[in-house]
Amino acid sequence: MNIYGQIASNKRKTIFLILGFIAFASVFGYIISLYFDFGLTGLGIFLIIFGIITYISYYNSDKVVLSLSNAKPAKKEQYPQLYSVVENLSIGLGQPIPKIYVIEDSGMNAFATGRDPKNSAVAATTGLLQNLDKQELEGVMAHELSHVQNYDIRLMTIVTILAGSIAIISDFFLRSLIFSGDNDRKNSNGIIIVIAIVAAILAPIAAGLIKLSVSRNREYLADASGALLTRYPEGLASALEKISHHPNISKASHANAHMYIENPFGEKARDFFSKLYSTHPPAKERIKRLRAM
Amino acid sequence: MEILIGIVVIALVLIAFIWLTYNQLVTLRERIKEAISSIDVQLKRRIDLIPNLIETVKGYAKHEKQVLENVTNARASLMGAKSPEQKAQANNMLTDTLKSLFAVAEAYPDLKASANFSKLQDELTDTEDKIAYSRQFYNSNVLSYNTKIKMFPTNIVAGQFNFKEEQFFEAEPAAKDPVKVSF
Repeated sequence: MNIYGQIASNKRKTIFLILGFIAFASVFGYIISLYFDFGLTGLGIFLIIFGIITYISYYNSDKVVLSLSNAKPAKKEQYPQLYSVVENLSIGLGQPIPKIYVIEDSGMNAFATGRDPKNSAVAATTGLLQNLDKQELEGVMAHELSHVQNYDIRLMTIVTILAGSIAIISDFFLRSLIFSGDNDRKNSNGIIIVIAIVAAILAPIAAGLIKLSVSRNREYLADASGALLTRYPEGLASALEKISHHPNISKASHANAHMYIENPFGEKARDFFSKLYSTHPPAKERIKRLRAM
Repeated sequence: MEILIGIVVIALVLIAFIWLTYNQLVTLRERIKEAISSIDVQLKRRIDLIPNLIETVKGYAKHEKQVLENVTNARASLMGAKSPEQKAQANNMLTDTLKSLFAVAEAYPDLKASANFSKLQDELTDTEDKIAYSRQFYNSNVLSYNTKIKMFPTNIVAGQFNFKEEQFFEAEPAAKDPVKVSF
């Protein structure tokens, strides 16, 4: 699939995901309102809250993500090389220059976030900037800017938010369950209680798996389109080699792992579950593909 | 009657096709214009950096008249260039003359040590990188436009409305004779 195909497919997937999540949230909301005996009014309120959370987070997601990773706006005088690399690549793509951030961390990693090429940001750790030469940094940043250009960032932002909102609401429900006790519930229908609890536990897991399913293969594509941009696949290949042999980033949490250029939890944690939850293909395979280009 | 309906349907399909193709070609051509203007921005920046560079070099190496003159001439011809082809050619010439200038500068330790000189050198290198990337973007736009207007059936519409092939912005050939430096 070429880049244009990928952009179209990302936009399609975004719409399907939003529709899917609305359906998913409606069913989940309906079960909970049955439990509380609110009926359709409850469902309506639930969907309005869900909508508001999603809407607000969509327009603030980049700020949240950047502040969660402790990213600070990079000054041009302080990081001239990072600036010139990002500027050059943006010129090569014919897209606006994203906001540039730096994370004080000796680990080596980078990510891109935002809604579209006009509202995007890239961040790199100081460890990355110290350990890579210009061509390697160019390779990494070309990969990140490809995520921006391909609208991967928008898709990932929306998925993260939708999954997150479901997790928040189900968490809220489970807490209210614990603190209220069973005896004062109006609805004593045992089956509904069980279904509601099971739904509240399963919903965030399902949402998390949906999040993962959309994030894996795009890494190869971003590698390829990044290499097309720099015309030098070896840059990213050698950067990935350095990154995968380097101690990992400390600020990453499982919530934003999918956004980094390399799995921030390292290659060693690859038992069955981490494979299931893995957001990135193995670095070895990526390097092999880049060197074959 | 049925024949008439048939003719109308065919005519409508044709009009729709011409309409869409025409608009698509206009979009592609506009993208090329946008891309060339982004090259122009970088060329302009390069042109603006040169007088400063020449002044700085003169301060330390005034005997290198020939080299300095070559740079000034190349700069003037880049400023006068109109078509992408002329611009590409003049820009390559400027690159060559700058190479000899920097090679000559090696012989003047004071010049090399000057902060101003190394800053200008960095800025010129950065501008060259940016020219390379904007050229890449321009050429990829030209490639998709040129391919489009040659493909059937778009070529018929392109021919009717006078969509002409655009020129690439050629980089200088990679293998070139090393710059000769005379001391």
